[in-house]
Amino acid sequence: METISCDVAIIGAGGAGLRAAIAIAQADPGLRIALISKVYPMRSHTCAAEGGAAGVIKADDSLDHHFNDTVGGGDWLCDQDAVDVLVQEAPKELLQLEHWGCPWSREPDGSVAVRPFGGMKKQRTWFAADKSGFHILHTLFQTSLQFSSIQRFDEFYATELLVDDGRCQGLTAIEMRSGQMRQFRARAVIIAGGGAGRMFPFTTNGAIKTGDGMALAYRAGVPLKDMEFVQYHPTGLPSTGTLLTEACRGEGGVLLNKNGRRFLQDYSMGPETPLGQPVLKTMELGPRDRVSQAFWHEQKKGNMVPTQWGDAMLLDMRHLGEKTINERLPLVRDMSISYMGVDPVTDPVPVRPVVHYMMGGIHSDIRAATPLSGLFAAGECACVSVNGANRLGSNSLTELLVFGKRAALSAIEYLATGARPGTDAALEAAGQQAQARIRELFQRSGGSESIAGLRREMMQTLEENAGIYRSGEGLVQANAKLAELRRRYANIELHDKSNVYNTDLLQALELGSMLDCAEAVTVSALERKESRGAHQRLDFVERDDARYLKHSLAHYQGSGVPRIEYLDVVITKSQPGVRDYSGDHE
Amino acid sequence: MSERAVELEVLRYNPETDSAPHFQRYAANCREEWVVLDALNFVKENLDPTLSYRWSCHMAVCGSCGMMINGEPKLACKAFLRDYPGVIRVEPLAHFPIERDLVTVIDDFVAKLTRVKPYLIPKEVRSLDAGEYRQTPAQLKRYKQFTLCINCMLCYAACPEYGLIPTFIGPAAISLAHRYNQDSRDGGRAQREEEIAATEGVWECSFTGACSEVCPEHVDPAAALQQVKIKSTIDWYLAHTMPWLTR
Repeated sequence: METISCDVAIIGAGGAGLRAAIAIAQADPGLRIALISKVYPMRSHTCAAEGGAAGVIKADDSLDHHFNDTVGGGDWLCDQDAVDVLVQEAPKELLQLEHWGCPWSREPDGSVAVRPFGGMKKQRTWFAADKSGFHILHTLFQTSLQFSSIQRFDEFYATELLVDDGRCQGLTAIEMRSGQMRQFRARAVIIAGGGAGRMFPFTTNGAIKTGDGMALAYRAGVPLKDMEFVQYHPTGLPSTGTLLTEACRGEGGVLLNKNGRRFLQDYSMGPETPLGQPVLKTMELGPRDRVSQAFWHEQKKGNMVPTQWGDAMLLDMRHLGEKTINERLPLVRDMSISYMGVDPVTDPVPVRPVVHYMMGGIHSDIRAATPLSGLFAAGECACVSVNGANRLGSNSLTELLVFGKRAALSAIEYLATGARPGTDAALEAAGQQAQARIRELFQRSGGSESIAGLRREMMQTLEENAGIYRSGEGLVQANAKLAELRRRYANIELHDKSNVYNTDLLQALELGSMLDCAEAVTVSALERKESRGAHQRLDFVERDDARYLKHSLAHYQGSGVPRIEYLDVVITKSQPGVRDYSGDHE
Repeated sequence: MSERAVELEVLRYNPETDSAPHFQRYAANCREEWVVLDALNFVKENLDPTLSYRWSCHMAVCGSCGMMINGEPKLACKAFLRDYPGVIRVEPLAHFPIERDLVTVIDDFVAKLTRVKPYLIPKEVRSLDAGEYRQTPAQLKRYKQFTLCINCMLCYAACPEYGLIPTFIGPAAISLAHRYNQDSRDGGRAQREEEIAATEGVWECSFTGACSEVCPEHVDPAAALQQVKIKSTIDWYLAHTMPWLTR
């Protein structure tokens, strides 16, 4: 097996991975960086983020406002020291992107423009029309091309972390083009592998969002934190799950039920605000968890609009006018017409809540360090936690920049303070074992299970039992089903035995990642006997700070059920309070 | 909801076992509103797990799923079945080597993109403490369109010159170089000019406009190429007739 040596290996080349790579290259050009990704960097899912990135810049705003919005939005499950870091470093990171050429939308005087977003008290979302993530990703990717110390390994799928002497020392990865396994020896490893929305059948997430980075860390003994918190974005196209950005509502779009009523006013987010004059932090600019939950209740009442893809609400943007829609929401218009046959200029667009983001992920701290020495994590795959029980829209692009850079600087610091090399023989043996596991899967015959079949059952299980509202009974069933699916996974057989770009193998490994993550979701969800943010229990409807103002930590137990432990939330200055999104809030 | 049995004719090639590419037929039960990518996913999940292709976002922004569909370069996620009444022929993007089935080798494009220095080379260095570079909406508009390239490479598959002369830098890479040249914050045009005004740069373009016709993001690479040609020509005349201006 070929061995590639580097100082820092980064798994994932989306926003967080690229930001980390650039930060290392700038801080110390002598460090050898291996940037490893299962796709070319520009294919990473950061490209699909639409609305923008939050960072305080305008005179009427303050870091305290951003802090309070984020902590309250997260239903007080955020670590407040981490949120402080996020809001303090956000403006500088967004400005850094501006200096690298990001085409942020502008005010007439040439300064950077901001737009309103859900749950935010002030306008602080930097945006590039409605392709903000796309522009951030391409700005980072293109900027990274000037650094010769960043060596890219595009279309390499990481299979295992190499751990020796209690420290992460590298990884194994399959080169898709040749099917050959490579061993990366690294003094530090950063995981920036993205989320896992593909565990669910109806999601805004691209096909690549299969929780691989989370699973790598989890299997190496790093707990997954707060996995029960899965964000539903309220406005996806019912046909495909394609995201229509929250900026639709930030610009003034409203949500209607089948009677034409702006129903959010009936769910503690009223009173109704004047059409075309959105008011921050209320009605359609409420937080995502509350808006998605309101949809669920309206659906139960039979107030939703039936479509051939299921019940939907209506997102009405007609009053914005063609000019505003074309300037501010061109992608939204294009996708609504293409995938739904509805032009938002002339008709309301049917939408429904859709799985969008994992608040939970690899347990990491404000330095982006994990409990495993030498291993760092950033972006959606990580859980610092700045998002708590419900992420506010436009905080995730900011998070991947702030913590991508922090992961880089922490890794450099770690290298300087004595990242001893591991034992060659032990690492070699670990690499050989990793290769043997893939070879066994590759050569297995007589398997009775299909990848697509197991995947469908997993998705259905999560859709039915781990959605916007959950019950103990449903979660017990889900846990049993996922344990069964993980057992049956041992009997899958590949149909494709080719070495070259074998997507049958790739999908098998991705399914393995998703099954492990899915079990962490449902087991954590069953254990959390309260309702908080995006985790709503029909059998425990209240928030229970006495017992659950805590992060859950799911520990991998091989083929057994994950062990759940709890960790106190870091509270510095904001005591848990009431989340008030009525128009009366101060 | 209406269903349709769609007949797909897909190019297959496995370099380990096939001496040459060949077509394979599949009958896929599709919904009328699906795109070609959905049909391929149906095949992959239900009929043939060995079929290989790239895809991710299903919203025409990641640029993974460029393919030839009935002979035209398209994103499979934005090629609607309703626009293809008969048999749908799916092949890998033209002008690129085939890695496997519908997966192409794109090293050439990635290398060319790197060569044109597609990053900001600041005209004036500014510290972060000094805040943002001011850029008016009008200045933004001068280059914004060229930032929209998703690197899907449909334009390379459409470009007759790239098919004939593989050293041609090609529409997307030149558009992205031009994007930075046109940015009011940038001062790197002279550095990029070495690559894009060379023989393999803009001068290979014969202006058929095919690149702009197939671009799913309306980047209009042909316009970028022509603007670069004009600028390079002006540079040349200035350098040869009024050299004191360009010193």
